[in-house]
Amino acid sequence: MGWAIALHGGAGDIPVDLPTDKRAPREATLRRCLDLGVAALKAGRSPLDVVELVARELENCPYFNAGRGSVLTTNGTVEMEASIMDGTSKGCGCVSGLTTVVNPISLARVVMEKTPHIYLAFDGAEAFAREQGLETRDQSYFITEQNIERLKQAKEANRVQIDYTQPQPIKEQAIPRSEGDSQIGTVGCVAVDRNGNLASATSTGGLVNKMVGRIGDTPVIGSGTYANTICAVSATGKGESIIRNTIARDVAALMEYKGLSLKDAANQVIANAPKGTVGLVAVTDKGDVAMPFNTTGMFRACAVEDGHSEIAIW
Amino acid sequence: MAKWAIAIHGGAGVDPNLPEQRQEEAKRLLSRCLQIGVDALKARQSAVDVVELVVRELESDPMFNSGRGSALTAKGTVEMEASIMDGRQRRCGAVSGLTTVKNPVSLARLVMDRSPHSYLAFAGAEEFAREQGVETVDNSYFITEENIGMLKLAKEANTILFDYRIPLTGADTCSASVGSLVPDTSLQMNGLPISIYSPETVGCVVVDSTGNCAAATSTGGLMNKKSGRIGDSPLIGSGTYACDLCAISCTGEGEAIIRSTLARDVAAVMEYKGLNLQEAVDFVVKERLDEGQAGLIAVSRNGEVACKFNSNGMFRGCATEDGYMEVGIWE
Repeated sequence: MGWAIALHGGAGDIPVDLPTDKRAPREATLRRCLDLGVAALKAGRSPLDVVELVARELENCPYFNAGRGSVLTTNGTVEMEASIMDGTSKGCGCVSGLTTVVNPISLARVVMEKTPHIYLAFDGAEAFAREQGLETRDQSYFITEQNIERLKQAKEANRVQIDYTQPQPIKEQAIPRSEGDSQIGTVGCVAVDRNGNLASATSTGGLVNKMVGRIGDTPVIGSGTYANTICAVSATGKGESIIRNTIARDVAALMEYKGLSLKDAANQVIANAPKGTVGLVAVTDKGDVAMPFNTTGMFRACAVEDGHSEIAIW
Repeated sequence: MAKWAIAIHGGAGVDPNLPEQRQEEAKRLLSRCLQIGVDALKARQSAVDVVELVVRELESDPMFNSGRGSALTAKGTVEMEASIMDGRQRRCGAVSGLTTVKNPVSLARLVMDRSPHSYLAFAGAEEFAREQGVETVDNSYFITEENIGMLKLAKEANTILFDYRIPLTGADTCSASVGSLVPDTSLQMNGLPISIYSPETVGCVVVDSTGNCAAATSTGGLMNKKSGRIGDSPLIGSGTYACDLCAISCTGEGEAIIRSTLARDVAAVMEYKGLNLQEAVDFVVKERLDEGQAGLIAVSRNGEVACKFNSNGMFRGCATEDGYMEVGIWE
């Protein structure tokens, strides 16, 4: 037993020949976030504090799909969402549709701690952020050149599709497949302290070229994020898949109801989801760590108190 | 051929002083909606079609807190949400923040069937509704006189409560109308005295004659909620869930339902612990709700139906192919 931490920068079809100029800054961020998280755990910070500060760091990094660097909606705007969960109290906070809040995960935490609600979204969430004095910036702060380019490519790929918005009988329509961007998709962090307290945090810009107003798995407790007294989980991948499979809750449920180990539970959940759609990071109250995925790769890092640590992509 | 079964609810957490006449009205509505579902099942309609049409009926009637008759936000407007799940392949659709869509559950269905996503909200959801040509009305259509009155009381109650968890006692009230709540002011749901609380949500779960299960849930949410507040109803795994084994729809204190992923847990204990439907429902309500108050309805692919709640009452009705049919409010 001892503390443990795992974090991710998204699972997806990450090409193994990812050029160095794209690979290096991401690996450097993973390393920096891991070091920050480990230092905080060693200093005795609560897991809730740890997952929040690591998620903030990932949000601030423009190379991952959360906060700054979020992918764009079909309108070329940013709509961010996040959730956080405290395993001990099972308190949770969720936000969606943020357009100016610099750190969505922090707003999620404030929703959890300062309102009788769990989930605030869109205008209401933005108004609340201002009431609470959270840092906000103009939309342009979050938008990167790479994401403008990604949106352009996604639109070109969809161009040959029949416009699904026409109210036609379903068999005559070609519903565009919801293709997640290959290189990025959600950030998250799970942590356990020496006393076995657990927490999970997940944050994202969502799906590239998503419909305005689309909510994914990230702010849905039990899908993208879950924590109780047994384990903490943060998932990433194709949101629609993660929701149907209630990924985060299922890892814990398999452990709780079927007595599986973290490794077996996490592997089973990943194996049951369609190939190429999901990944997750998880820790248990005993300090076990798992980071399985069924995509080509997942940006990830972990460390445990006994000294083992890892940063990997494939 | 499998046996069909259906259950519906109109919300958990009922004022024990609800006038007899209101109780009768509620039971008549539940019976009517239940019959609509039963007739559709006898006509061999699919589970997902049946839950949608029954919830549409519940949304259209102003009695319960969904569609017309929805609870009001702090601003005095209506923001509705809903979700639907088809147990075959676990396809799902959800919507939140609707202000003009007459039948939120139908928009949730369109999200499931006609969009590449599972969940749309606020302006984006309203935009999709227009693109799809669903019926829309002015926000005022959903607002009832009764709820305008309830909102006022809720605001008065909230200004007295600093921490919504502190029970309101008769001596602390400063307005005559709130003071009249004295008999049961210790009974609260989601921070409101039970006489002001608008039992959140309507729902329907069905197993059809082919053994397929489906669930749908719809609500206006918490009275006096902050604009933008999302509850458990549109969250797959919390308020709604369906798989090949069963279908569940929950109602009550949204926070408690979300923290315990109530709907998913019923299916999970059946799947992973091998419990039957009633055992699963009993276990989850007893062991998973902590201090929260909630209720749920559930059906299994074997034609079983179960309802359970730890709140003070739940508007509900159940029917099975064997001829069993019942509506109720109290334990």
